[in-house]
Amino acid sequence: MTKACLHCGDPVPSLSEGGDGFCCKGCEGAYNLINGLGLKTYYERRTIDPEIKALRPDEDGAMINYRAHIIEEEDATKTLYLMVEGIHCAACVWLIETALAKQDGVLQARVNMSTRRLVLKWRGDDIDPNELVGTINALGYRLVPFDPCLLNSENQKSEKELLRALAVAGFATANVMLFSVSVWAGYSQGMMESTRDLMHWLSALVAMPAVAYAGRPFFRSALTALKSGRTNMDVPISLAVILTAAMSLVQVINSEEHVYFDSSISLLFFLLIGRYLDRRARGRARGAAEHLLGLNAVAVSVLLDDGTQSLLPPDQVKDGMTVLSTAGERIAVDGVIVDGQSDIDTSLISGESVPVTVKTDDRVFAGTTNLSGALKIKVTATGESTLLAEIVRLMEEAEAGRAKYVAIADRVAQQYGPVVNVLALGTFLFWFFIAGAAWHEALLTAVAVLIITCPCALALAVPVVQVIASGRLMRQGILVKTGTALERLAQVKHVVFDKTGTLTQGRAELVNRTEIDDEAVMLAASIAAASKHPLSRALCRAVGRVSVKSGVQEISGNGLAWQDVRLGSRNWCGDEAAPLSAGPELWLNQPDKAPICFRFEDNLRRDAQDVITQLKAQGYGLHLLSGDRTEPVRKVAEDLAIDDWKAQCTPKAKCDALEKLDHPLMVGDGLNDAPALAAAHVSLSPSTAIDVSQTAADAVFQGDRLRPVIEALGVAKKAEILVKQNFALAFIYNGVTIPLAVAGYVTPLIAAVAMSTSSLVVIANALRLSRGKL
Amino acid sequence: MESLLYLIPAMLFLGGLGLAGFLWALRSGQYDDMEGNASRILFDDDDKPLPAPEEEKKK
Repeated sequence: MTKACLHCGDPVPSLSEGGDGFCCKGCEGAYNLINGLGLKTYYERRTIDPEIKALRPDEDGAMINYRAHIIEEEDATKTLYLMVEGIHCAACVWLIETALAKQDGVLQARVNMSTRRLVLKWRGDDIDPNELVGTINALGYRLVPFDPCLLNSENQKSEKELLRALAVAGFATANVMLFSVSVWAGYSQGMMESTRDLMHWLSALVAMPAVAYAGRPFFRSALTALKSGRTNMDVPISLAVILTAAMSLVQVINSEEHVYFDSSISLLFFLLIGRYLDRRARGRARGAAEHLLGLNAVAVSVLLDDGTQSLLPPDQVKDGMTVLSTAGERIAVDGVIVDGQSDIDTSLISGESVPVTVKTDDRVFAGTTNLSGALKIKVTATGESTLLAEIVRLMEEAEAGRAKYVAIADRVAQQYGPVVNVLALGTFLFWFFIAGAAWHEALLTAVAVLIITCPCALALAVPVVQVIASGRLMRQGILVKTGTALERLAQVKHVVFDKTGTLTQGRAELVNRTEIDDEAVMLAASIAAASKHPLSRALCRAVGRVSVKSGVQEISGNGLAWQDVRLGSRNWCGDEAAPLSAGPELWLNQPDKAPICFRFEDNLRRDAQDVITQLKAQGYGLHLLSGDRTEPVRKVAEDLAIDDWKAQCTPKAKCDALEKLDHPLMVGDGLNDAPALAAAHVSLSPSTAIDVSQTAADAVFQGDRLRPVIEALGVAKKAEILVKQNFALAFIYNGVTIPLAVAGYVTPLIAAVAMSTSSLVVIANALRLSRGKL
Repeated sequence: MESLLYLIPAMLFLGGLGLAGFLWALRSGQYDDMEGNASRILFDDDDKPLPAPEEEKKK
């Protein structure tokens, strides 16, 4: 039986470079580091979950110069804000914090487990941040700096404001309700008028400031809407809350029997719950999406004038700088090659699956991957580049169109608001002029109509369903970023896929493993393990863990050499006469033996076939739009039985094709998909997508599978049904209570009961979405 | 009924105390990381309290 690695628990391969107890050098290093810091209890603390393994340090991960991100304060403390990848349990938090706190000069190291962010503060000029952070890197976590001012601080602020308002409203509701219950009890037991008035005055004392404070989010939004000549859900809400509170105050002063402070404040309380949950769910999804994006950002190694290299974040790289790009790296800048020759994978930009050869004076774009040789690239402004400029322009056009979509809640409010207001006005006029009531009695009845019709259930109908739906999707790794995405998903009639990276995995896989004898595969893999080239990586993936051969030479543009054995391109060490294969290939050339060909292909995602079949069965129109050449696109389309496909699409052609479809859902990942993602009725993108596309998409899904597309559509459909049911429930309730209110029969007690029950019914209905099958 | 005269103020005071406590906790960042704090209590070493967030210090 093989032994398990002391650090990560993987089986230890024979002749492991990490020695007897470890599977690799990285694990050995991490183990010794943890031991050396006296933090061995980590291994007892961590949750032993068979699915989750301790991280294996990635020795060739790009090093980042953290110095550039230090924020210095007046009292000489220095702060770094970092995103951490790889935290999966509290033991990780403990390990990171304690390992950092043990270093000299560190004042504070605090990991936020919910947002996966680390705040590191230290004092002293002689401390090298790269060394500090290097400790954590050596443990296998990946840390990426971020700017705390840029990342969702706006969102957090409004979330906190809502929570404060919610707390105040909750406090006031509970207390005012207590007074109200005593007054209601007093109806039957004969409360003295003076006691009742005292209760009312106390209610006013608590409720008035609370309404003024907790209602601000609604009042502000209502004002903005009114100023621009629209109405939204917040207009009737604000009107009802303010009128009710003001009217009740007048009642108290006149020592009247009925006051509605409890309705006013509990209405706010219920609505704030809905709004807070909504904001929080959205904020978490957006935060997680930003986290993914931040982790994708890599450092750029810049060649300075004095010949030294320095690592900079991409946004600090200026025009005219010279950037180095090594094999296997994603190119982070747009520019012109000044030195070097290489193959680049442009699939994220154009959808093209076969690498393009580039040499000096060729242009390269950010987002492409450098496959074989080292390049020196001179940065040119992104604005000049025709491709990016074109894509940005197309996206702006597309986004303007989408902004026209109005959320269903607002559409209802636009119809409903005026009706309610007219009804209340009519009630007042009827009682005042026709029934001859005193003006304040007529006004009271009118206010009762406003309270009873106030869209409490109506305003909760949509957000509660959305919160539960996006929570359910988030558990499955689907991050819904925009508020109306679910509504729009439910209307989808056609699903349009991109090919490379969406239907396919977007990376090469070895396809002829079975044709090659084991010995050769192992030899090739152990040579390939020394290289970062994507094909070498794919070869190693196909084999599993192998020990690396030492003394492997990388010969730029050709391949790898180890002693007499060569592994590389066809014209360097392959058989020129052999028939060409469809995808990229690697050749293994051993002395005195025939060269062996390793063929690679970009395979379909494992469940692509199932997903397409299911989507078809559900009646969606399926389409494939790719920037790739006709042959590979035809093959994928035929394999998956997608009838409508189009190859060699430009970004503009993709947008045009979408325009002809009725409510299309676009699923894509490349830069060439970005305008289409923005133009489609609604869009999804995998988390491996290029950052522009992830930003343009309404939702991002994680993982290797395509199944999230079905899941998202299913949840959205179900959510739409529930929203409609909720509206129906709210309208039925209004149908019963409005006549009572107009007739003047609604006392504060009835109003409170009616409002709470209708809200609870709506929430209970929405909860049905949280579990169970779709 | 005289009992109301001190019961009601007492009730409002206690309720207000709870509200103030919550607002303070929110302000001092104790609601920023619900997930982490839930597990943090299980660490048995000494855990220093959070320093006040940046904005508060400047005020």
